[in-house]
Parts: sequence; structure tokens; C-alpha cells
Amino acid sequence: MRGGAASGRMLHAAHASFDLGSLERGSCLDGRLAELRGRSVVLAVADQALAALALIELDGVARRIVLCPADVPPEHLPHVIATAEADAVVGDDAAALPSPPAVALFVARPPAAAATGIERQPQYVTEWILLTSGTTGVPKLVVHSLESLTRPIASSPARGPLPLWSTFYDIRRYGGLQVFLRAMLGGGSLVLSSPGEAVGAYLERAAAHGATHILGTPTHWRSALMSPSVRKIRPRYVRLSGEIADQVILDHLRDCYPDAGLVHAFASTEAGVAFEVADGKSGFPAELAGARAADVDIKVAHGSLHLRSARTASRYLGADAEPLRDADGFVDTGDMVEQHGERCYFVGRRGGVINVGGQKIHPEEVEAVINSHPHVRLSLVRGRKSPITGALVIADVVLSSAAAGDARALEHEIKEHCRARLPRHKVPAAINFVPALAVSASGKLERRNA
Amino acid sequence: MTVRTHVLAEFQKVAQEQGKKLAPLSDSLVLLESGLDSLCFAIIVARLEDRLGVDPFNASTQTDFPVTLGDFIRFYENAAR
Repeated sequence: MRGGAASGRMLHAAHASFDLGSLERGSCLDGRLAELRGRSVVLAVADQALAALALIELDGVARRIVLCPADVPPEHLPHVIATAEADAVVGDDAAALPSPPAVALFVARPPAAAATGIERQPQYVTEWILLTSGTTGVPKLVVHSLESLTRPIASSPARGPLPLWSTFYDIRRYGGLQVFLRAMLGGGSLVLSSPGEAVGAYLERAAAHGATHILGTPTHWRSALMSPSVRKIRPRYVRLSGEIADQVILDHLRDCYPDAGLVHAFASTEAGVAFEVADGKSGFPAELAGARAADVDIKVAHGSLHLRSARTASRYLGADAEPLRDADGFVDTGDMVEQHGERCYFVGRRGGVINVGGQKIHPEEVEAVINSHPHVRLSLVRGRKSPITGALVIADVVLSSAAAGDARALEHEIKEHCRARLPRHKVPAAINFVPALAVSASGKLERRNA
Repeated sequence: MTVRTHVLAEFQKVAQEQGKKLAPLSDSLVLLESGLDSLCFAIIVARLEDRLGVDPFNASTQTDFPVTLGDFIRFYENAAR
């Protein structure tokens, strides 16, 4: 997978730096790589640097690798293991891993020289499986390959000094993985963020290592702009993806880094990178829709962006999984687009999916939790625009006739009910009590795009 | 209530709701060192928009994003004028 010589190229994590050359003499898999040959491997390592090293070792050796980001709740792992038909799990701590029968456990450790020689002849076209959010909160497994993942990456290396890549993202998510692969294939080094690391601390580290090419969501960048450390980094290339990049954030970044290339990319786990916009304006040129840009067919159908290219995933894993592409090979992104003059703009997601800081939330999952509160009859969860995180979760709630008492106390009680059952970003930031909710002729709640 | 008291009240309320330990509030406090994260700030900004009727983050790009609590309060005071 690596482009150019490995030695001297670094992976910088918060706690340590690793020389990629160390993998030529050692292994982060306890020298047990041979045992993983041909297996379906769930890579559930919290540490990003170890996960990165394990990915490099496993590509071509494992039949399938499932990339679990650090924030996947442990209770979802058994579902992931079963759906991926995994027969091996790599983690940080064997005791903390689920161990269904016939699943072998492996522990990733900082590379050590292996006792026996390491045979790393690639034998498999490894499937790379990424996780994405499903309507019930249980992750869906999306099948990519190194080929589909690296299609968006220019084959000719950039001129000038080698880039030093960095990303606020977890590299186990699509956007972060693009940066990891660009660093590995383009011959550069990489500064990794650390789960839970403060934005200021990450920026200081990126600055200390001299990061030149940095990717984040608009939410990451807004947060960076509120840090005194934001002017310590001197990026040559600033990239945004994962959420709608509005004009305000683009203008602020242009002011802060006047000499940097400023690019916002449209990408999703299923559809891959569709296109990049480099003119510093939000939205994208209308002429892209209906055209073939690079190797991507782009069309807008029923208001939603559809993409067809060799960059898209091939399918979802699972016996009863829905098709990922339509009969013509297009992936429906569910991202709704409106044209104003010569420009198209993203206006939200179909089905009311809410994007809070790059994390997609299906309203149905939150509604199910709210509706399980004894005083709630019905609820509608929707997004409210936020200049900080792109959107926030808001709930309209119809109370049952038995509900009585102080509305504020009840609002607090329902929020606590959600907090006990949902990750923080899915808990409604505000609850409005309403007398009724609109229901369509087909008996479904009427959702408007946020 | 002044803009300042509204802002301070929301910082305290949101910190409590989100289970975050809030640093002692002073004008020189760096926002990202206050103990609050992006989600907390998003909620504060939404509530201040409801209370004060302004959202300076979405308005002009003439001024920089606030870095300290003092910047943040002035950001709203100027917008509310």
C-alpha cells in the first residue's frame, strides 16, 4: 500500500511517533500476521496509530478488514462481527473484547521485531469495510476496496516538498481514511488526532510537526477558529468535508490562511468522493450536475444528488441488506440539492437525517427513545441549523393525556431519559411541546427537510 | 438582564445539563479551555438566538470568531445593538 520508501516517514500520534520503516522489521500484531491470512478481521483498536499500522500490515493479507472507529459503542460489536462473518478481532485489550465462539482474538501493540521472518506477500484483494449510521442506531457495513478508496487520489505526486498530512477526523471514517491513504500513497507523513484530545492541543501538535495539508469538517474548523492556536499552523492546503461548507466558514478560513489552497469536497461513505470545489464559494457549479466530472457521473433526481463511479462502495454487508446502488449503478446520496442561478446548494438530507458536526442522526432512532417515555404519545425529531455544528437535534413532542405538571420539569425528565439511552449528540437540545403533529395520508409523520 | 448576564447564565446552564465541569468564568477565559465542547457551544448559540434574537456567528465575516469569553460577550453585545 505504501508509496515510496517507508523509512523516515512518520505517523505522529499524541503519545508517540512511529517510523513506517519499523514495519519492515517488525509487526504490531505480535508477529501473528500469518494467522490472520485469509480471515475476516474486525479491527477494533482504540488507538489510531496502532490501527493505521495494522491496516498497512493486513491489506492484502486479510480477506476482509472492518474498520471500527474509536467511538463505536461496544454493544454494537457483536452485530458487526456477525454481519462481517468475522473470524478474528484485533483490539487493544483481549479482556475487553467480545469473544464469540470461533473468533480468534489478537492484540495490537507498538511494533516489535518479530521472532520469525514476516511473510507479507499480498494474496487477497482485501475488502475494506466502513461503518455508517443506520436508522436504528446499529451501524451498517459498507463494502469498499483499496481500489475504490484510492480512486479519488491523484496519481501524480504534488510538486514541491512532500506534504505532511493531518486530520481532525478518525482515520477509520471515510474522510479521515482519505487523508491516511493520501499520506501513505503520496509518500508523506501523517499527524493523527487522538480521541478526546482538545482542539487546541491537536493544533499545537500539528503545528509542532509542521503539518501542511489538513482536513476537517466545517464543525472541526469552526472549533479551531475559536482556539488561540489556530494561527500556529501554516497549512498549504485546507480541506473540508463531511458536512455542508457554508460561505461563512469558507470566508473565515480564507482570511485566516490567505495563501492556502481551500477546498471543500463532497463525499460520503457510500458514494465516495464525488467532487471537489476550489473556488472558495459554497455549493458547486450547476454545470457539474448532468456532467461527467473526472470519472464520476453526477445527476440530480427527485431533488437528491445521485453519483455513479468506480469510487462508490459496492454493497452493504448482511443477508437482508438493501441495495446500495440502483439498477443503473447510481448511489442515491439522500443529500438534497437546489439550484440558484449557476450554482447548486445542499439544503439538507432526505428523510430528515440530521448532520451534527459530521455525525449523521436518523430521527427515527431518537423518536423511538422519546416515545418510550411513559408521558409521551408521539414525537417528531428534526434538525435546527447551527453555525457551530451545522445542525442540532430538536424534538416536537405530543404528550399523553395522563401527563401533568410543570412543562420544564417534564422537558428535563425527557432529556434525561434520552441521555441515559443515547450518545450526547443525539439527545435533543430543545423539546417543544405541541398539541398535535401532521400525519400524511399514508399514515406517516410529515417530515420537512431541515 | 443584560447580554452579559444572559451569556453567563447559558454557559452555566448548558455546562450543568451536559455534565461538563465549567472553568471559573472570566473575560480572559479561552472558550476552548472552559470545559465546554462544540456541541455545548452550538446549544448556547441556539438559545441565545432565541433569547436575544441575534446570531452573530451567522452574520458578518468582518470580525474574527471569538476566542475568549470576553470576545464572546462583545460579539453578542455588538450584534444586539
